[in-house]
Amino acid sequence: MLSSVGLSLVVLLSVVGAATVERVEYDYYKYHPMPEITDWMSQVQKDYPDVVTIVEYGQTYEKRTIKLLKIGVSTGEKKKAIWMDCGIHAREWIAPAFCQYFVREILQAYKSDPKMQAMMMNMDFYVTPVLNMDGYIHTWKDNSTRLWRKNRSPGPTNCTCLGTDLNRNFNANWGTLGISYDCCSNIYCGTQPVSEPEAQAVTYFVGSRKEDFLCFLTIHSYGQLLLVPYGHPDFTADNYDELMKVGLGAADAIRSVHGKNYTVGTSPDVLYANSGSSRDWARMQGIPLAYTFELRDNGTFGFELPQDQIQPTCEEAYSGALHIITYAHDKTFSGAPATAATLWSMLLAVGVTSTTLM
Amino acid sequence: MATGELNPNHYQAQRAAKVVQHYLNTRYGSPYRLLGLHKVHSGNAEDVADSGRKYQLEISVQETLSNTTEKCSAEVLFPRGEQQSSPQVQALCEAHLKINTTAQEEALYQRYKMNQSLLSAQYIPDSYGHIDPDMKPFWHLCIVASSFIMLNESSENTLYNMAQVANITQLATENDQLKFDCHILLHDMVSQEIIHWKLLFTWSPQEGVKVLQMEQLPHCHDCEKPPNIN
Repeated sequence: MLSSVGLSLVVLLSVVGAATVERVEYDYYKYHPMPEITDWMSQVQKDYPDVVTIVEYGQTYEKRTIKLLKIGVSTGEKKKAIWMDCGIHAREWIAPAFCQYFVREILQAYKSDPKMQAMMMNMDFYVTPVLNMDGYIHTWKDNSTRLWRKNRSPGPTNCTCLGTDLNRNFNANWGTLGISYDCCSNIYCGTQPVSEPEAQAVTYFVGSRKEDFLCFLTIHSYGQLLLVPYGHPDFTADNYDELMKVGLGAADAIRSVHGKNYTVGTSPDVLYANSGSSRDWARMQGIPLAYTFELRDNGTFGFELPQDQIQPTCEEAYSGALHIITYAHDKTFSGAPATAATLWSMLLAVGVTSTTLM
Repeated sequence: MATGELNPNHYQAQRAAKVVQHYLNTRYGSPYRLLGLHKVHSGNAEDVADSGRKYQLEISVQETLSNTTEKCSAEVLFPRGEQQSSPQVQALCEAHLKINTTAQEEALYQRYKMNQSLLSAQYIPDSYGHIDPDMKPFWHLCIVASSFIMLNESSENTLYNMAQVANITQLATENDQLKFDCHILLHDMVSQEIIHWKLLFTWSPQEGVKVLQMEQLPHCHDCEKPPNIN
């Protein structure tokens, strides 16, 4: 249906000879299938070419290219970075919806908010809207596939089931707690640490730049939780106090938007023990602020969160994420925000862009 | 095992409180009344020699349609023993959950009692979280019926929610009770599994929900279609 609409539009344009097109606004408050998300990414890059780049950083089991949006002002220097991934678990549709919303918000804010302008000067945002593309596509297949969680790689030879839980596959106390060695289980941790191509993509990309990352946010649903490392009850992050303080600040920010309570704590405290999560792996790499967001709701609709809740969920989650990101930025660039903002407004006044400077 | 005073936000108190939610729905739930766990205020756990583990909880529950919240005191005993046996719950709520839904229930009952074509629907909510307004009461009914299963199946190592109604089929009215066959999908947060159950139950405003049969359905992991009901 979409392609026939597109075709009619092209025909109309060539007849009318119009130079400009009234483009259909992307609906951030509906769930989108993978092809629409991919097209959206291209469109965002076209709309903001000086701050957005698409980076291909891996392949899924079914050979799809995993892409992220790198958003930030090019300064020609090595920059600090923020990582956000969504859709590691296929059925958690609100997560990719949030990544798309987040991108839209920071780009909007970039136009007029000196604070965001400063953050984009000092940092790059790496946002992966759908990490587990194969799984996500599978959940769109028909009504019976909607609740798929894992990726789509085949199990070991004797296994009649497929899929590995990507969030148990990372090299962080792999295969110890909160996992299953049964390949049919929804928490099957894989044949070995980072056996899965999707986990490998993140491990390689983030791992090769780990000193740059200030913050690693991985977005899931449901449960209304902000989880801090580690998933293993016997290990405590050395900056646990800081993680809790910033997490509680984020939960306050979330609550101030629509009154929703998000519980903050380690996974073994507030949810369950687990190992091999991307959050734990990121923290072990030395990325100081690593959080798992579990978005709405509390079990009423669960994974099938109604579309009329996309907007409020995204608004509150944005508030929470921004709190963490701002903290990470200010801690690293204390004093710099004012300088960067002043410099930026000066440059704008003179009508100079960063590309001209290069 | 955490004993004594519990952190109300931690999983032990939260899982026990969820069991209370299921219990309250089996007692008070209807097409127009559904209870959700709102908050755990405090919790306490202790081992009861040879019996199991007992939780005492102060919680708030929220009635999902009227949005009213009320406090409840509850006790949950998770039995220890070789057989897997259901938790035992006692709960006392302030207002005894007396939100008046009689008129709506009666109207629904009369409408479907006389219905020539029996109700049949699939996948509630749908993939987008949408529920037809006409189907909402039946979604609630299936949640209430599934609460009997969730209550039975709960332990300290589970956290159940009903993920979806795969199929609901109305059967011929029997003894003035509306009768339904419901294929439901439960989600257990701890194992992250989706468990399929088939339920046969009756309902009327006077009698409430009565489960006649429940059967866990094996789910074939690499199959694409759910098993046939009829």
